Amino acid sequence: MMEVVPENAPEHCPGTQSEDAGKASACAGCPNQTICASGQIKEPDPDIAKIAECLSHVKHKILVFSGKGGVGKSTVTANLGFSLSSNPEQEVGILDIDICGPSMPRIMGVMNEQVHSSGYGWSPIYVEDNLSIMSPGFLLSSPKDAVIWRGAKKNGLIKQFLRDVDWGELDYLLIDTPPGTSDEHLSIVNFLSKAGIDGAVIVTTPQEVALLDVRKEINFCKKLNLPIIGIIENMSKLVCPKCQHTSIIFPPTAKGVDGMAREMQVPYLGDIPLDPLVGKCGDNGKSLPHTFPTSPSAIAYKNITEKVQKFCLNNVAPTSEDTIN
Amino acid sequence: MENLNLVKNVIVVLSGKGGVGKSTLSVQIAYGLKALGKTVGLLDVDLCGPSIPKLLNLEDCTVHQCDQGWVPVYSSQDKQLSVMSIGFLLKHKDDPVIWRGPKKTAMIKQFVTDVCWGELDYLIVDTPPGTSDEHLSVIENLRKQITGAILITTPQNVAVADVLRELTFCRKGSVPVLGIVENMSGYICQNCSECIHVFSKGGGEELAKQENIPFLGQVPLDPNLAMCCENGESILDALVHSNTKDAVLNVIENLLQVAHN
Repeated sequence: MMEVVPENAPEHCPGTQSEDAGKASACAGCPNQTICASGQIKEPDPDIAKIAECLSHVKHKILVFSGKGGVGKSTVTANLGFSLSSNPEQEVGILDIDICGPSMPRIMGVMNEQVHSSGYGWSPIYVEDNLSIMSPGFLLSSPKDAVIWRGAKKNGLIKQFLRDVDWGELDYLLIDTPPGTSDEHLSIVNFLSKAGIDGAVIVTTPQEVALLDVRKEINFCKKLNLPIIGIIENMSKLVCPKCQHTSIIFPPTAKGVDGMAREMQVPYLGDIPLDPLVGKCGDNGKSLPHTFPTSPSAIAYKNITEKVQKFCLNNVAPTSEDTIN
Repeated sequence: MENLNLVKNVIVVLSGKGGVGKSTLSVQIAYGLKALGKTVGLLDVDLCGPSIPKLLNLEDCTVHQCDQGWVPVYSSQDKQLSVMSIGFLLKHKDDPVIWRGPKKTAMIKQFVTDVCWGELDYLIVDTPPGTSDEHLSVIENLRKQITGAILITTPQNVAVADVLRELTFCRKGSVPVLGIVENMSGYICQNCSECIHVFSKGGGEELAKQENIPFLGQVPLDPNLAMCCENGESILDALVHSNTKDAVLNVIENLLQVAHN
């Protein structure tokens, strides 16, 4: 599935999964020739099938990505989760795979919880009857603990989360990722290759420095053939709570997020204002859609949630022919 | 490590959380030190999201080879500020760098050993968020040279919690912590001058007190600073009279004081 033709492969590499792997003329002199020729590489990871089985009761799986850090991935994930679960008929799960900086437990207000294991695996923590969450934060003994792990070890934990958590029946599983395009991202896409991913939501802030990284993330998704549900513009503007004056804090220089989305042919899902209420809710582990249902940010989240739901139900984005090559 | 023999101080800029302004402050501190007459190097080890070239307006520059290794990119003719980033090595700026840990580790090692920095008063190392491959590699490869680390945070609890983890990382890796900077602390409404605490307030200062670490200062959330970044300018040149400029200067002065004690 993934890295079929490795980035550093010789020219005309037939691809590691191909019948000709290790045997084509281009393979002569490649340091991995013997590995490819042995056929070992073609055997898929047996855990991928187990993951598919474990997640067979999960209808829709959505990844939340961003190129740059601190644009609000976790906040957006949490509020999408709260919004989706405000419909009592829908079961929602959130999986946090930001191993080195798990903020989900705090944002969801379940900081001091511990994970229990049962015969069926690890039980997630329930924030509400129909909203459960799993995070590496639950496995740390103190909030000061740092997870100083290299990539390989992180991948092991991600696999365990996918294989061993007893989610039960879920309509939506939202997966919050760390920033970048590295181990965690490659692994999650690979591990879910059989279970299936509906698509990725990409979060960004408006300034060009952030868009620079978002373009990389979009190209990452395209390279891995991962459908893009759409882009969310976070922290678009700040409304002064005293005088209602609107300020732009992260000024867009070029065409802004909307323009970039059009340019790269991915759907634009909407913008969320920079709202001190959002930050406050996150710090206190409160649900924004429930605590301040009439605030502009809560309304923005509601609209975006509807679009995401629509995508999943149809499994077709407005411009999907352009995005899923 | 010959290339680093003439580097007097190495300062690593860390934060647990992303988007708190590591790169912005790294660049502004580098510009500030340069304005004080120092020779400065800036190494960007954020391989998946390099923003340093953009923040210095050096996006179209490329790296050249010489006998001793890679020649860094210079921000101006006087060669007072030299820069190295993976951004200079990409064919297209939108290309993603889809690398797992071992490849990142190798790249960082090369950045540390193969770049001929020459004589530097300060080498500032800008890192990605977290406590993983990149951070371990920097510390492993620069162990003998590191003067210390500065931790950047924003005021809200969620960010402070991540910085606390970064602090544990520094202590475990025996990297001295020079201090904490609280970025984006408060925004002054341009209409009514009300100070809006977008990301609550005081978290960084409190953490510094609680953990007994020098507090280097607060930098307000200022669209003008964001604009400087978009244009690749130094806030010291772009804004003559501004609180944000004074705040940045204050951080640099405090940093120098701590680094040389």
